[in-house]
Amino acid sequence: MRRRTLLIGTAAGAVTVGLVGCSEDGEAGGDGGGDGELPYIAIVSKGFQHQFWQAVKTGAEQGAEGKATITFEGPATETDVEEQINMLQTAIAKSPDAIAFAALDSRAAEGLLQQAQSQDIPVIAFDSGVDSDIPLTTVSTDNKAAAAAAAEHMAELIGNEGTVAMVVHDQTSGSGQQRRDGFIEWMEENAPDIELLEPQYGDGDQNTSANITKSILTSNPDLAGIYGSNEGSAIGVIKGVQESGMEGEVVIVGFDSGQAQIDAIESGVMAGAITQNPVGMGEQLIEAALKAINGEELEEAIDTGFFWYDADNIDDPEIQEAIYE
Amino acid sequence: MSTPTTAPDQTTPAQGLTRHLRAGLQQLLAFAGLIVIMIVFSFASPVFFTFGNIVGNMLFSTVVIGTLALGTTFVIITAGIDLSIGTGMALCAVMAGNFITTMGLPWQLGVVLAIAFGGVVGLVNGILVAVAKLPPFIATLAMMMVAEGLALVLSNSAPIYIDGESAGGFMNLSTGSLIPKVPNAVLVFIVVAVIAGIVLNRTILGRYTYALGSNEEATAISGVNVTKWKLIIYSFAGLFTGLAGVLIAARLGSAQPAIGMGYELQAIAAVVIGGTSLMGGRGSIVGTVIGALIISVINNGLQLMSVPQEWQNVILGAVIVVSVLIDTVRKRAATTT
Repeated sequence: MRRRTLLIGTAAGAVTVGLVGCSEDGEAGGDGGGDGELPYIAIVSKGFQHQFWQAVKTGAEQGAEGKATITFEGPATETDVEEQINMLQTAIAKSPDAIAFAALDSRAAEGLLQQAQSQDIPVIAFDSGVDSDIPLTTVSTDNKAAAAAAAEHMAELIGNEGTVAMVVHDQTSGSGQQRRDGFIEWMEENAPDIELLEPQYGDGDQNTSANITKSILTSNPDLAGIYGSNEGSAIGVIKGVQESGMEGEVVIVGFDSGQAQIDAIESGVMAGAITQNPVGMGEQLIEAALKAINGEELEEAIDTGFFWYDADNIDDPEIQEAIYE
Repeated sequence: MSTPTTAPDQTTPAQGLTRHLRAGLQQLLAFAGLIVIMIVFSFASPVFFTFGNIVGNMLFSTVVIGTLALGTTFVIITAGIDLSIGTGMALCAVMAGNFITTMGLPWQLGVVLAIAFGGVVGLVNGILVAVAKLPPFIATLAMMMVAEGLALVLSNSAPIYIDGESAGGFMNLSTGSLIPKVPNAVLVFIVVAVIAGIVLNRTILGRYTYALGSNEEATAISGVNVTKWKLIIYSFAGLFTGLAGVLIAARLGSAQPAIGMGYELQAIAAVVIGGTSLMGGRGSIVGTVIGALIISVINNGLQLMSVPQEWQNVILGAVIVVSVLIDTVRKRAATTT
């Protein structure tokens, strides 16, 4: 039974490779051979409603244009592990030529990843790593390095001394932990005169994060700076500072992008933020998937990079590519 | 029909009086709890008892959860539940954003329509519960998911930023200050809490809310059109969902379609801490307001003290257990004497 599945899988894989060959020929010969002949890449993301994921989707669509057909889906909330697992299962059932997967819980997906492997479907991990050696590569931002860069800018902006608070989006996800720890570790190693308050968690919810920020500001009126670890946290911090009437008195450093953060940077309420490169992430994950389909070797990790943006460089073309409204 | 014997008991003056006494006692206990917690925090943090913290932080952070809790108090007193208030709120926020931004309506009209839309969401819940006879838990669970999906569909899965001419007035609704240093959202909350209290205590809608929760069968036998009144109660509760959506959108200057999940549980917690029974028939608006305040006092106080958040959740959970436990123990004592 097992062997038969494997055999069928291999056969399907062979046919797929053949198809890919055809479509590439078609591509070279004329205007592409129609959707049916393009390889199919199923992308299962952590979500789809946040602008970040929309930007990844845009990048993936750009990267796939004329080269592959893609589907992009994700659960409604970034805590819904089970729904995401169901989506991954459905994706595998459609026998795609490759799967790109951003795990909400990397261990929960292990069984399905093995199934994909046994069906010879190449798996590309993106956004966050997977505790598994099945994915051929991981296309992601180095969140720890990015958070360290945020800490470095914060330290510089407040003159290397004072109290700094952190509003983090959650304490269990990889990105939440890395963006918290990267920030804390940089400060501990490089800024002995900066006192960090206990991180507070706002679920990335703007309303909750704003409430937390106001409480922090009330008990620490001489606060030098606040760091918000994702879009919702950073916007919540901005709201909280504004409602407390402390614009300009506290240095705000954020993460990710979005209209409210861009406005706050332009008006000077926020000093700057780290942005990942979601469009680039989408493009690179498609590129990696196509390479995998063609049997090319892939590096273990593909760093999609990050940018620090502030009022000075916000209009640069490379920043404009990476931030999203 | 098989148990008509309980019907007359419900309406005897003595029973009514003890019910009021019981509710009053529960409110008193909850209020005493609130005071104790506030005193503890005022020792722990010197800034706790400042006007800015009490009004600007604590009361302000009560507004959204508190507004949702007001509406759901009515539903819970009828022995129902409303799980759709959190995502329903997000849906109403998105509708406000659409009315004001995409359709270009004056913000005042957009606010009214968004609140009315909340009433429609409540009406649908009411139809599922009263006409289709679905258990409220299931009906509103379904609505919770439908509202979440619709909020994403109607916003194209992206926040709707409320800008342009309307933005100033609209945002003022939450963060402006008609009275110096008091955010308007706090005033709005006080006004609607008073209205909810009057409706529950002084109107026929309130009386039938209690009656339905105490004994639905008896209420029906005594000639009340149960279906009609359930529709009215759920619709009325929905208006608060709409208002909460408006208030959160006004605070954030945008409609966030993915916000709201989890708010229903906090609102229900506020109602329960305030002494409203999930079995129905018992509860009060004053209790709910105190319950909502207890939640925000605990959050605010622990945040002022920079307590790790994991422990904040543990403490909040413990408070819920204790407050319900006190109620249960007291009720058991009352029935044995």
